[in-house]
Amino acid sequence: MRKLGSIAAVAVGVGVVGLAAWTRQPPQGGATIAGNIKFTGAKPANPKIDMTEEPKCKAKYQAPPTEEVVVVNPNGTLANVFVYVKSGLPATYKAPAPAGSVTLDQDGCRYHPHVLGIMVGQNLEIKNSDGILHNIKAKGTKNRPFNISQPTTMTSTRTFTAPEVMVPLECNVHGWMHAWLGVLAHPFYGVSGSNGGFSIKGLPPGTYTIEAWHEKYGTQTATVTVTGSETKAQDFTFAAK
Amino acid sequence: MTVWRAIGRFQMAIMGLSVLLCAPSSLRAQDTTAGKKVYVKWCAGCHGETGAGDGPAAAYMLPRPRNFTGAIYKIRTTASGQLPTDADMMRAIDEGLPGSAMPAWKGRLSDADRRAVLAYLKTFSSFFADTSQHVVELKFGSAPGGGSGAEALKVGRQFYDSIGCRKCHGDQGRGDGPSAPTLKDDAGFPIFAADLHQSWRFRGGASVEDVYRRLRTGLDGTPMPSFADLIDQKFLTDEQLWRLAQYVRSLSPARTPEVRDVIHAPRVGGGGGGGRGAGGTLPTAPDDSAWARVDRYWFPLVGQVIRKSRWFVPAIAGVWVQAVHDGQAVAVRVSWDDRSQSPDTAWLPFEKRVLETVASDDSGTSGAGLWPDQLALQFPRRIPAGMERPYFLMGTETDPVYQWRWVSSPAGGRVVAGLARGLERFDTLAGAEGAPGARSSYDHGEWRVVFTRSLATPDTANELQFEPGRAIPVAFFAWDGSSGEHGTRLAVSTWYFLALDQPTPPRVFISPVVAMALTLGLGVMVVLRAQRRGTAGSRG
Repeated sequence: MRKLGSIAAVAVGVGVVGLAAWTRQPPQGGATIAGNIKFTGAKPANPKIDMTEEPKCKAKYQAPPTEEVVVVNPNGTLANVFVYVKSGLPATYKAPAPAGSVTLDQDGCRYHPHVLGIMVGQNLEIKNSDGILHNIKAKGTKNRPFNISQPTTMTSTRTFTAPEVMVPLECNVHGWMHAWLGVLAHPFYGVSGSNGGFSIKGLPPGTYTIEAWHEKYGTQTATVTVTGSETKAQDFTFAAK
Repeated sequence: MTVWRAIGRFQMAIMGLSVLLCAPSSLRAQDTTAGKKVYVKWCAGCHGETGAGDGPAAAYMLPRPRNFTGAIYKIRTTASGQLPTDADMMRAIDEGLPGSAMPAWKGRLSDADRRAVLAYLKTFSSFFADTSQHVVELKFGSAPGGGSGAEALKVGRQFYDSIGCRKCHGDQGRGDGPSAPTLKDDAGFPIFAADLHQSWRFRGGASVEDVYRRLRTGLDGTPMPSFADLIDQKFLTDEQLWRLAQYVRSLSPARTPEVRDVIHAPRVGGGGGGGRGAGGTLPTAPDDSAWARVDRYWFPLVGQVIRKSRWFVPAIAGVWVQAVHDGQAVAVRVSWDDRSQSPDTAWLPFEKRVLETVASDDSGTSGAGLWPDQLALQFPRRIPAGMERPYFLMGTETDPVYQWRWVSSPAGGRVVAGLARGLERFDTLAGAEGAPGARSSYDHGEWRVVFTRSLATPDTANELQFEPGRAIPVAFFAWDGSSGEHGTRLAVSTWYFLALDQPTPPRVFISPVVAMALTLGLGVMVVLRAQRRGTAGSRG
């Protein structure tokens, strides 16, 4: 009887350990790295887009649209900077792809958003809101490239298999359409928005190399150590070239 | 002793056999030395030692040779983004890629060598060794019937418009769509939208099935996308995509045009005979309906690579030529596909990119500019008695050639006659009486120019005197201004012949009858004689 009990205890124990292993989440922490992307120097003019060939898109703008190579916010900060944890996570770190998808919209013959992040295995929903012919070409080198056609209002779904910063996306029908996709194996990334801020949340304690990427001004890195649930500030400054 | 030796031999034989049976599969997977040998000898000149598409010859090519390191292949039977199958790659090796510098290697390399080089190509990219890459050959089905019927083509054309093919390939399919001047491949090199009127230059083959496959899979590495999502999401049925493929295929001749040596120019109008119903008067307008009833001849053009500055990437693949005469004058209609009506500022950035991409062998050549389109018709000054002809590449200083040079302009174009003494020198002939005329039209990527001139002119020393019934040497030269072509950068042909038909003389019909009667008579005589001799012999 005692023997039986001990066997049962061992079995339960094994079960618990197994269950724990099965439900183990990536080492999520409570730390945050946040900051602003500052910009110094003269704000460069973006190339104007001639949409004469696409009246449907042209009608969506009051002022002549421009490309979004350098978007400086009214408060003087820089938008469309992809900030992410480049290194510092344990080698064994593995995060499952989230169930939610990321959407890239083609609206007014421009991509929305212009810069975005996604996790390996997560669905990228490519939406054509214009209802005219767009093709979406992904030109990754670590991920297989693809080139699909969307001649009408529709949504196509694709996934990416390997971390890659960045995968260029483009439309060849409209040579001015470019977007940039950062593919990562972890959820620790953000993109500076219309106030120039970014934040990377849920970091486990550790020392990280943070990289900020901009399509024209290249990359900058910083080393940040976080513990517990603290929030550390880390700004980046890009200068006009 | 002998028993042991026998057993030893037996063991060795078994070992040998097992090596033979087991080793090859593992060797095949890893040992690519044989393939490397073939690659270095035959492929590296263009594709580069490391497979990056950067061999010594690559800089002179457009399209550039494939860069194998990314494992991105245009011609596949797999979905966009997937690796090609071995069979896809072998097809490109075996058959080459029409319209590019890649030749067909079947027949030049042994089966073993081609298989070996295929295995070696796959070592240039880690994607081929990545077991998580799924390579699934798509199932394509077969073309629905009635594909060449008017109804099917109408459906195909409807989808050509509705899914936006014209954006790049143009309204009539000659690669002159509004987005065409902006196109780049994945490496950033300029790339032309395919001219759908030249199916024999399609990289993946000219059949309806080939066209359909390209629509399903796209051409990875190029701007041409896959239309598979449209079918998956039921925006388009499979049959409709087939109809589109059939429509696209219908834009080209049913068969690859055969290059013939002699252009027959029927005689029209009074003076009897010839004509093939080609109307009553000499058609001088480029769009005269009479041209539809005259045979057309295809002449391929190649880059001028003999004199500096050489030009390895001619934009014009060839010209279609038709000719008629009426006993007094000759009319020659030359039509060719050209994506741009040069000079055209919309193509200037494209021209710049072409000139940046294609290496020049002459530092003194000028850069991008608003050059016109040009076409030259070349004849000797006199019809040669034998096979001697002047140097095909615009004659020489001492033996010039007689040319008609047509130059485009926003107003239409003009033609001048003159003597060319080599590529660099052209002396205009002033005689107004012998001057050729030219009328041109540009329509959705096609130039049509009709040259006319009287058969005889006063300046018999310099201007060719056309004579019906003679083989008149003729050659063609073309420049696409928007590709940076001018001067020595042009597309050239070799000598061909123009023959103006003579009215058929009555003896043409009578002589065969006479000849037959004579032969028959002679034959009968011989037989009778032989019989007579035979009887005499048997008697004796």
